[in-house]
Amino acid sequence: MAAQPYGLIATFTTAPELYHAAEKIRDAGYRHWDCITPFPVHGLDKAMGLARSKVPRISLIGGILGFCTGMSLIWWTGAWDYPLIVGGKPYFSPMFAFPVSYELTILFTAFATIIGMFVLNGLPMHYHPVLKYDQIRRGMDDTFFIVIEARDPRFNLANTKALLQQAGGAAITELEN
Amino acid sequence: MAHAEPAESVTPAHPLLLEVKPAVLPRAILVENNRSFSWITEKICNIIEGKTPTWWWVCFIVACFVASFTVAGITYLIATGVGVWGHANPVNWAWDIVNFVFWIGIGHAGTLISAILCLLRQKWRTSINRAAEAMTIFAVVCAAIFPVFHVGRVWYAWYLFPIPNSNVIWQNFRSPLEWDVFAVSTYGTVSVLFWYVGLIPDLAVLRDRFLTAGNKFRSFLYGLFAMGWRGSNRHWSNYEMAYLILAGISTPLVLSVHTIVSFDFAVSLLPGWHTTIFPPYFVAGAIFSGFGMVLTLMLPLRALYGLQDLITQYHIDCMCKITLATGTIVGYAYGIEFFIAWYSANPYEGFAFVNRAFGHYAWAYWIMISCNVITPQFFWFKKVRQNTAFVWILSIFVNVGMWFERFVIIVTSLARDFLPSSWGYYSPSIVEIFTFFGTFGVFSVLFLLFIRFLPIMPMAELKAVTPQADVHGHGLAGHGDTAAQVAKP
Repeated sequence: MAAQPYGLIATFTTAPELYHAAEKIRDAGYRHWDCITPFPVHGLDKAMGLARSKVPRISLIGGILGFCTGMSLIWWTGAWDYPLIVGGKPYFSPMFAFPVSYELTILFTAFATIIGMFVLNGLPMHYHPVLKYDQIRRGMDDTFFIVIEARDPRFNLANTKALLQQAGGAAITELEN
Repeated sequence: MAHAEPAESVTPAHPLLLEVKPAVLPRAILVENNRSFSWITEKICNIIEGKTPTWWWVCFIVACFVASFTVAGITYLIATGVGVWGHANPVNWAWDIVNFVFWIGIGHAGTLISAILCLLRQKWRTSINRAAEAMTIFAVVCAAIFPVFHVGRVWYAWYLFPIPNSNVIWQNFRSPLEWDVFAVSTYGTVSVLFWYVGLIPDLAVLRDRFLTAGNKFRSFLYGLFAMGWRGSNRHWSNYEMAYLILAGISTPLVLSVHTIVSFDFAVSLLPGWHTTIFPPYFVAGAIFSGFGMVLTLMLPLRALYGLQDLITQYHIDCMCKITLATGTIVGYAYGIEFFIAWYSANPYEGFAFVNRAFGHYAWAYWIMISCNVITPQFFWFKKVRQNTAFVWILSIFVNVGMWFERFVIIVTSLARDFLPSSWGYYSPSIVEIFTFFGTFGVFSVLFLLFIRFLPIMPMAELKAVTPQADVHGHGLAGHGDTAAQVAKP
């Protein structure tokens, strides 16, 4: 058997065309497929049937961790490791510890959000079959693509090609693995 | 309106809406002349790919020369000691902290544009946010120079952070100065992260373009930082969520940073500093000065690179109006300070303010008032906002005025403190003047490198606000306009 292709890629010239095609692919029951767009197309997540992003959960963990780090750092340094009376004030109080803990909450949330985004996206990935497609540059510029992967259980070279054609896709090409 | 069913846009949501026929408010055009997606890509990328313009080299050489003044000032300071600055009792804080607050404040408009306007769905932010965020980062770099070198023995600056040291003593977390360390370093870090996340899709565009053009080295460099971005919508989904969260946390961050900067003063007991109005007053002032700087930077860029279709008159109007609003808030704060000084019936507080306006530093006070309160009032007039040269000149006045605001607050309050026997008059030394003058060069060098090597506008975001990006066929209208859609015959 010849090398199994990575999948099929179809070209769309406008955002509404892509949007409606995505709805058709979603309704056909495909799971392992993707849209390549030069900018985030408003509403496309729904047209693709994507669930809400999980990034916020990771951000929340980061935020809680940051706040606890701030509070425990200030308590540990000021009230435990080296208790030192400054201006007759208590060794620890959540009041004066708040600004620093607040900033650390934001700092840790930012790192968690970005790391979460990269991990969920599987980035950095400097090699991907899609990037080998010779027209992919247009996908960063002004063209839209739909890629259906061969590993999808519903994938069938002829039928999937027909579906993409029927959805309005042009220049349907097999992607090398 | 349901996104999945665009057909719904023609079915009336409510019969009442048909009856009352709400006015159709056309969306402001954010990209003029109905430019295509590829026009945007070409326009922004050509700035990077084209030959380096002569004016760029001229500006770069001048900027390097100016920056050398900071290098000279700092070198002399390190070699000699912090006494080479003009600080002396009772003015132990002066230009260093003035310049620090000045630069940090400038940075705040970048975060306001990228974060707060993003949350408020002000789509006009798209064409200016990249450059404004770059401005933020470079302003923080310039700001950080002053407190770091004011510690005197700069090689001990790491004592500011809770890193175990040979003295085994920890930092005093009750001090607003320590809060400042955390606020400013968090602000710098988060600003860089936010900026970088915004850059990723555009770096991928450049990666692919340089590869096609046969420049493998630059393609590799941009590609390395593009992280293998391929425009996948599954990625965009997480990306947009991450961007929204970053905007959501940058908003309280930017407000807290200048609040904490104002705590450096407000938490002390000095008349003129010890006021509760400082946090909002400082934040408004920061946004005011930042928009002044955005106008100062963007108007020449717009003219030099012919970006009139992307930075439209509408954008300039919006920026001028924000400058007007925040400038007026600042003016109100000046008034309220005087009112409270009188109303508190505290003679020391009263003296501090009368001294500000009519004492030895009255010249600085009136420069501040004329630049910050009177200058922005010109922006009420459409004719003024349409005259870009005049807007640019006014924006310079805003920058000058906000520097003087910090000078007035800090120096006049300290120069006349509690004991008349210790009163003094502060003038900067030549070393301070060199160091501050040079920071404009440091800022310009960084900004020039930015416009030469990175996309000055977020291409992906610009494309998303064009009418042809809309998948529901609303044209210029968007989801907010459901009622208007329904009212159409």
